[in-house]
Amino acid sequence: MIGVISYLAFFATMAGILAIAVLGLNLQWGTTGLFNGGVVAFFGAGAYGTMILGGRPEPGQFGGFEAPFLLAVAGGVGLAGLVAWAVGLLTLRLRHDYLAIATFGVAVAFESVTRNAEWLTGGAKGLRGFPRPFEAAVGDPFLYGLLFLGAVLEALGLAWWGLERLTASPYGRALRAIREDEEAARAIGKNPARLRLQAFVVGAMLMGVSGALYATFYAFIRPQDLAPILTFQLWAMQLYTGSIQYILIGLVIVLMLLWRPEGLLPERIGRRTPNRTAGTAAATASKEATTP
Amino acid sequence: MIQNLADGILTGSVISLGAIGLTLIMHVLRFANFSYAELLGIGAYAALVFDRLLSALAPALAAAFRPLTLTGSLALATVLAMALTGASAVAIDRMVFRRIRARADPLSMVFASFGVALIVRNLITLAFGHRAQLYSNDIAFAEVVSRDPMLLIKPGQVFVLVAAVVLMLALHLILTRTTFGFALRAVAENPTLAQVAGVRLAAMVTAIWLIGGALSAAAGVFYALTNHLSPALGHNFVLPLFAATIAGGIGSVYGAVAGGFPVGIASGLSLMILPSGYTPAMPFLIILAVLLVRPHGLFGEARA
Repeated sequence: MIGVISYLAFFATMAGILAIAVLGLNLQWGTTGLFNGGVVAFFGAGAYGTMILGGRPEPGQFGGFEAPFLLAVAGGVGLAGLVAWAVGLLTLRLRHDYLAIATFGVAVAFESVTRNAEWLTGGAKGLRGFPRPFEAAVGDPFLYGLLFLGAVLEALGLAWWGLERLTASPYGRALRAIREDEEAARAIGKNPARLRLQAFVVGAMLMGVSGALYATFYAFIRPQDLAPILTFQLWAMQLYTGSIQYILIGLVIVLMLLWRPEGLLPERIGRRTPNRTAGTAAATASKEATTP
Repeated sequence: MIQNLADGILTGSVISLGAIGLTLIMHVLRFANFSYAELLGIGAYAALVFDRLLSALAPALAAAFRPLTLTGSLALATVLAMALTGASAVAIDRMVFRRIRARADPLSMVFASFGVALIVRNLITLAFGHRAQLYSNDIAFAEVVSRDPMLLIKPGQVFVLVAAVVLMLALHLILTRTTFGFALRAVAENPTLAQVAGVRLAAMVTAIWLIGGALSAAAGVFYALTNHLSPALGHNFVLPLFAATIAGGIGSVYGAVAGGFPVGIASGLSLMILPSGYTPAMPFLIILAVLLVRPHGLFGEARA
C-alpha cells in the first residue's frame, strides 16, 4: 500500500512541478499571446542555476557554493528571468514570430552550453545536486516524499493564485488588451512592448521555478532532461484546455496518455520495488518512448 | 583559416538554397515555419530511395562521374526527389497549414509547424533508422589545393557549390525574365496589391511551396553528398535557415541568398575559436546580432 501511495506521490510531484511551467506558459501565450519556442531554456536556466549555486563543490567544477536552498532557487529563477529579459528586449518590438525563432534559438544555444561547457555545467554527465532540504531531518523517505509533494503543490497553488489575481486585475486586462488589439491598447496609453516584456519575463521565471524544483527533486540535472521534446509536451498540456482552471485537468489527462503504458500496469504497481527507483525507471522509459 | 572559410562557403550555399523558399513562405503566409527545414530531410532521403531504385533498375547508371562520387542514378534521383519534395510541401500545406490559415491566427500556424516537423522527422527515423547513411561508400579523395596555408577540397564540394549557384541563377532568370516570375515577385512584395492586379494568390502559394520544396531537396542532397544523411538533418538546419532569412530580410529572395553565406562562413570560422559543440548556437548569435543592428535584415524593409 505504501508502495502504491509513494508511487502516485512521485507522479503527482512531477505533474505539479511541470504544471508550474505550464502556468508560466499560460501567462505568456494564453493571456499575452506570446509564442515561446524554447521553454526548456528557461526551465533549464532555473535548474542549472539552482544546482550551481546550491550544489556541493567538486574538483575542476565551477560552482558548488552550497548556498541555502531558497537562495539557490532564487538565483536559478533570476537567471531564467535574465535570459528572458535579454531575448524579449531584442525581439518583442518586432514581428511576432521573431520571438518564436529567438526563443527556439535560446533553447539550442542553451543546450550546446550545457553539453559542452564542462567546467560550468558538467557537460553530458550533468550536475550532481545537493541533499534535498530537510531530508535528513525527516528521515523517513516515504514521509519525505509526501512532504515534498505538499511543498510542490503549495508552490503550484501559490503560483496559480498569484496569476489568477494578476489576470483579474487591471494589469491582466491590459495584457489581454494588447493581445487582442495592440493599436487600441496603445491608443489608451498602454505600452505594449513593455507589458509584453514584463509578462514574458514573469512567465519565464515561473518556468525557472519549475526547473529549480525539478532539479531539487531529482538532485541531478543533465542535458537529456532538457530535450526539445519537453517544450512540446508542455505546449500540448497548455493547448489541451483554454483557461487556467482546466490546465490541471488537462495535465492529468496528458500525463495519463503519456505514462499509462509504463505507469499504471497492475503488475508493476503491485511489485514491491524501491519506490524512487521504480518511479525513475518508469519516467525514464516514458521519456525514451517519447523522445525522437 | 582558409580551410574553415572554404567549408563555410560550401555550407553557406546549402543554407542559401534552403532559405530561399523559407523567406517567401514567411513573407507571404506570415508565419515562422519550423517544419520547413524538414523538407531538406525529405529531399535527401527521397534521393536515397530513388538512387537505390534507379541503380537497381539500370546498373549502367550506377557508374560514377569521375572524379566525383556522384553517379548518374543519384543525379537523376536528385531531380526526382526535387519534384517529390515540392509535391510533399504542397501536400503538407493542403493537409495542415491551409486549414489552419482559414480559421486561426498565425501563431497557431507556428505551433502547428512544430508538430509537423516532429511528425516528419520521426517518420523519417521510423523508415530509415537513426544511423547515419551515405549515398556512396566510394572514398572521395581530397585534392590538395595548397599546402601553406593548408587547403583540401574534394571534387564533390566544388560540384555542389557550382550546382547550387546554377540553381540560384536559374531562379534569378525565372524571377526576372518571365511573367510568372513577375507575379511571384509581386506576391512577395505585397500580396494584397498583387491580388488586385489579377495574380491568383492561391496558385502563387502553391508555386512557392513547389519551388521551395525543390530547392530544399537539392540543398538536402548537396549537404548529404558532402557530409552524410541522418534523420536530424532537417532539425540541424532549422536555425541556420532562420538566421539566413532574418539576416537577409524576410521576403527577400536575394537577401536569403546573401544571408546564407555569412551564416555558413561564421559557423565555419567559429570552429577556430570554439569547440565544435557550440556550432549549432552560431546562427542564434547571428540572429541576435542582426536584430540588434538591423532589425529588418540587410535587404528587408520595416513592415507591421
